[in-house]
Amino acid sequence: MEKAKKRRFGIIASIVLALVIVLGFFWASATISKNGKHQDTLTRVEKQGKINWGVKADTKLFGLMNTKTGTPEGFDIDLAKAVTKQIGKQTGKKLTPTFTPVTSASKVQLLKNTNIDAVMAVMTITPERAKVVDFSNAYFPAGQSLLVQKDSGINSVNDLNDSSKTVLVVVGTTAAQNIKKFAPKAKVIALQDYASAMQALKAGQGQAISTDNAILYGLATENPSYHVVGGTLTYGPYGAAFDHDEKPMVKQTNEALATLKKNGEYNRLIKKWFSGVPGLNWHELEVHG
Amino acid sequence: MTLLEDHFSVFAQGFGHTLLASIIALIGSLVLGTFFAILQVTKSKWARGLGNVYVQIFRNIPLLIITLFFYLAVAKVIKMTGFTAGTVALTLYTSAFIAESVRAGILSVDPGQMEGARANGLSFAQAMRVIVLPQAFRVAIPSLGNQFINLVKNSSILAFVGGLDLMYQGNLVAANTFDTFATYIIVGAFYLIITLPLSYYIQYLERQLKQKA
Repeated sequence: MEKAKKRRFGIIASIVLALVIVLGFFWASATISKNGKHQDTLTRVEKQGKINWGVKADTKLFGLMNTKTGTPEGFDIDLAKAVTKQIGKQTGKKLTPTFTPVTSASKVQLLKNTNIDAVMAVMTITPERAKVVDFSNAYFPAGQSLLVQKDSGINSVNDLNDSSKTVLVVVGTTAAQNIKKFAPKAKVIALQDYASAMQALKAGQGQAISTDNAILYGLATENPSYHVVGGTLTYGPYGAAFDHDEKPMVKQTNEALATLKKNGEYNRLIKKWFSGVPGLNWHELEVHG
Repeated sequence: MTLLEDHFSVFAQGFGHTLLASIIALIGSLVLGTFFAILQVTKSKWARGLGNVYVQIFRNIPLLIITLFFYLAVAKVIKMTGFTAGTVALTLYTSAFIAESVRAGILSVDPGQMEGARANGLSFAQAMRVIVLPQAFRVAIPSLGNQFINLVKNSSILAFVGGLDLMYQGNLVAANTFDTFATYIIVGAFYLIITLPLSYYIQYLERQLKQKA
């Protein structure tokens, strides 16, 4: 009796296991064939009637999750909305934007897996990245800078070139390589996102956060005892990113960006997000002509 | 595989930190866990309460929160790096689970043994050490093995506080090369180098102790 029971259990368990493996195999092959078709991004968004943008959810001024409404808000989001509308006008198809929060580390992978159609997430245009993804023209002029405590006595990156100093950066950003170049003796610790980096700075885990000035200004508005110093170490403008070899989509986006800059919509968004930032001359960000 | 060759020193450094954190946390949590297990089976109401509160606090709070607490709050008072903060948090968190495993082991030993030992003139500490604990550990070994394996994997929490461990280095490599999938496969393989021998050692211990019993 006992033996029969055991045997029955064994048979059922084997069947369940086999089913799981077979189903898993089907699912995987379906996914692969779906990715294998590799639809053109522009065709895909036109068919779906929406562009799914990967945006930041932890970056003040650019993409910050509004915890009351559950939607991200910021310059990147507003610009993505405007670009979506403009591409809709250009192609004659009705397009709506949707937003998926991404991190610096995950954005490229999500783009490759077609979980998102495009990235508008404070992404610096670099030659290495351009080998893996396609960039639009620059939509925001940014440069790497430093955020330090006001009474820290640190005024430039040279003050950090010491083995007793720790510079905090965020995983997946270009900041770490640059710091190693400008302050080779400083220790560099990478954290998961800007919120953690700010908390770590406050806790004394490092003497400075280094990343794009635009993001640092956002952190400084929330934390008045910290300020941005040292000018810009590098010039690294932001671009919208798409999967590799998506020329039609890039072309449409560039056209849309040019139109928005010409018709004043771009300047309106710059004013909306950056006119209230202390220490930043937001008129420099406006485009003219 | 070129990914592994190109970034071998990075992975090796991460592996070293993970191994070190695991060994420290393993020893620390075993000592602390046993201590709080014994507290919970003493006659003193205060000691029992203290042991219980400790276990409930560290068992029921996510490891990430304990880690961030040490990294962000405690570090303001006592200077500590991400590695230290993460290892301390990992030790405390795991010790709560180990305390429960060891307590279960102690409870499985017939109370008559303790009474007998005390009647023969042994102190509580002596009786615990010589009579009760050896038997308790024999019972607790399988579940302790589970906790140790979880501990090694949970050490990936260090990545969140810049602890320079395997996961941290993996994140960096993945972010720089954009080859997320291959990077995390390599990271997973490095974890197996620690966890698989640990698993087999625990199995071996179990067999050994069974033969003795």
